[in-house]
Amino acid sequence: MTTIELRGVSRWYGNVVAVNDISMTIGPGVTGLLGPNGAGKTTMLNMIAGFLPPSRGEIAVAGQRTWRNPAMFRQVGVVPERDSVYAFLTGTEFVSVTARLHGLPDADAAARRAIELVEMSEAQDRRIATYSKGMRQRIKVAAALVHDPEVVLLDEPFNGMDPRQRLQMMDLLHDQGGQGRVIVFSSHILEEVERLSGMIQVIVGGRLAASGDFRAIRRLMTNRPHVFLVHSSDDRSLGAALIARPAVSAVELTAHGLQVRASDYGTFTREVAGVSRDHGIRLRQVLPADESLESVFTYLLAS
Amino acid sequence: MTASKTTGRHADRNGTGQPMRGLLNADIIRLTLRAAMSRRRALLFALPAIILIGISALLKGEAHSAAWPPQVLGTVGYLILALTALIVGGSVLGADIDDGSILHLLATPVSRRTVVLSKYLVAVVLTIAFAAVPEYLAGAIATGASSRLAVGLLAGALAGCVIYNALFVMLTAVFSPGQALAIGLLYVLLWEGLLASLVPGVSLLSAGHYSLAVANSIAHNAALHAYLNLGTGVGMGLVVTVGSLALASVQLSAFSATGDVS
Repeated sequence: MTTIELRGVSRWYGNVVAVNDISMTIGPGVTGLLGPNGAGKTTMLNMIAGFLPPSRGEIAVAGQRTWRNPAMFRQVGVVPERDSVYAFLTGTEFVSVTARLHGLPDADAAARRAIELVEMSEAQDRRIATYSKGMRQRIKVAAALVHDPEVVLLDEPFNGMDPRQRLQMMDLLHDQGGQGRVIVFSSHILEEVERLSGMIQVIVGGRLAASGDFRAIRRLMTNRPHVFLVHSSDDRSLGAALIARPAVSAVELTAHGLQVRASDYGTFTREVAGVSRDHGIRLRQVLPADESLESVFTYLLAS
Repeated sequence: MTASKTTGRHADRNGTGQPMRGLLNADIIRLTLRAAMSRRRALLFALPAIILIGISALLKGEAHSAAWPPQVLGTVGYLILALTALIVGGSVLGADIDDGSILHLLATPVSRRTVVLSKYLVAVVLTIAFAAVPEYLAGAIATGASSRLAVGLLAGALAGCVIYNALFVMLTAVFSPGQALAIGLLYVLLWEGLLASLVPGVSLLSAGHYSLAVANSIAHNAALHAYLNLGTGVGMGLVVTVGSLALASVQLSAFSATGDVS
């Protein structure tokens, strides 16, 4: 079985730690690397692809070391994030050249099949310079798949795609994973990962914050403590009333109102209006303060 | 989207697990050539050459002294050669590194030495076309097509194409493309243009003087100011060329995609 193995992998740039002591095993199927921008996802993918040496630790793809090992690319296809393809080539030329560089015996036939796979046959004879960003992404995927690799690494593959193209690409990657390939893609968009992959690796601040089945991690995210900003006609009294409720774990009186930490999201949102009414306080505003993806990731890291 | 079992299979998937060797790769050569000629600045390659030929034709008609051909073609001509090599040699690899398209080449089992040598060959051929041939034409206009000076200048220019491009391809592999261009310019203008003519020892580390040594071995013209003999020029040129290409290959093998740490 083909796997990607990381053991104690760290990568730093001077004093900045981009990836911090990550160990994981990624097997066949689709795995999403999820994390906010700057979390270290691209650094990790670059190390797995052999485009960056780890400062510490070991990486093996299909049993082979990745750094300074071009032979590894017989089993590995890479879709870089940067939108940098040879724009003067047509789609067919680009994928055919890639096939020949992989030493395929019938490069043109392989290129045709890969282009069909990403549904770019109609535009294959146009110069890449005329492609939309989504089309460029797809032709890059065709080039990465042309040699039928066992491992495919994709860095933010859905960038620039419209919703229809995203669904098509998700179907394609899902099918490729179903055929026993190791498909690893990075994304900072929760919904992309949710739709596509059962297994996720959540990276936050260069560390592995969560790892495993998406549904379990999603539950953890939903049930995490939430912070609300509450503003009322009498914040001090409302704060005193709220702290008495089991669903509330902390209350802070700030210049902008109350900052309430709820240990139970559902119970708090159901109770807050009733508590205010019972104490004769007019509720003016209840705002979730930490709904950003970053706060979700930060929570996962802390827990 | 259809998703039948995919695409190609390696002829040697169960082979040795070695990178694809061979000194040169025809696809990389074609790709590099098309990339170089599709850039607008490729049109600029021809401009200095046309100016050089124009100067030669003008001086041939106007100048009364016979001393100008070796002086002008040995200095201005070889300076144009060095700058053309800097632009061409610096861009065959540097442009790919700059825009990230190098990753598409490096994500294949082709050996990094093959990538370097294929790109280097394109740089040499383009520099010959845009600098060495015009240098010969200028020499031929000045002193005749089969004159010792014209042939000598051509031989020196060919040597210069080989040496300079190795040097500048290596600089783009070691430094960022912008840094490589700056270092190359300083080398050509300051080191070779100024110091090599003032401090005799500096010519030992000057690709321009290796070229002049080759040119003078045929032209036998003191006005070329060749400070090195043929043996030293060729020997040093070989060392610099082979050493630079070896270093470029090693550097590209350790290419790090450091542009983005997200």
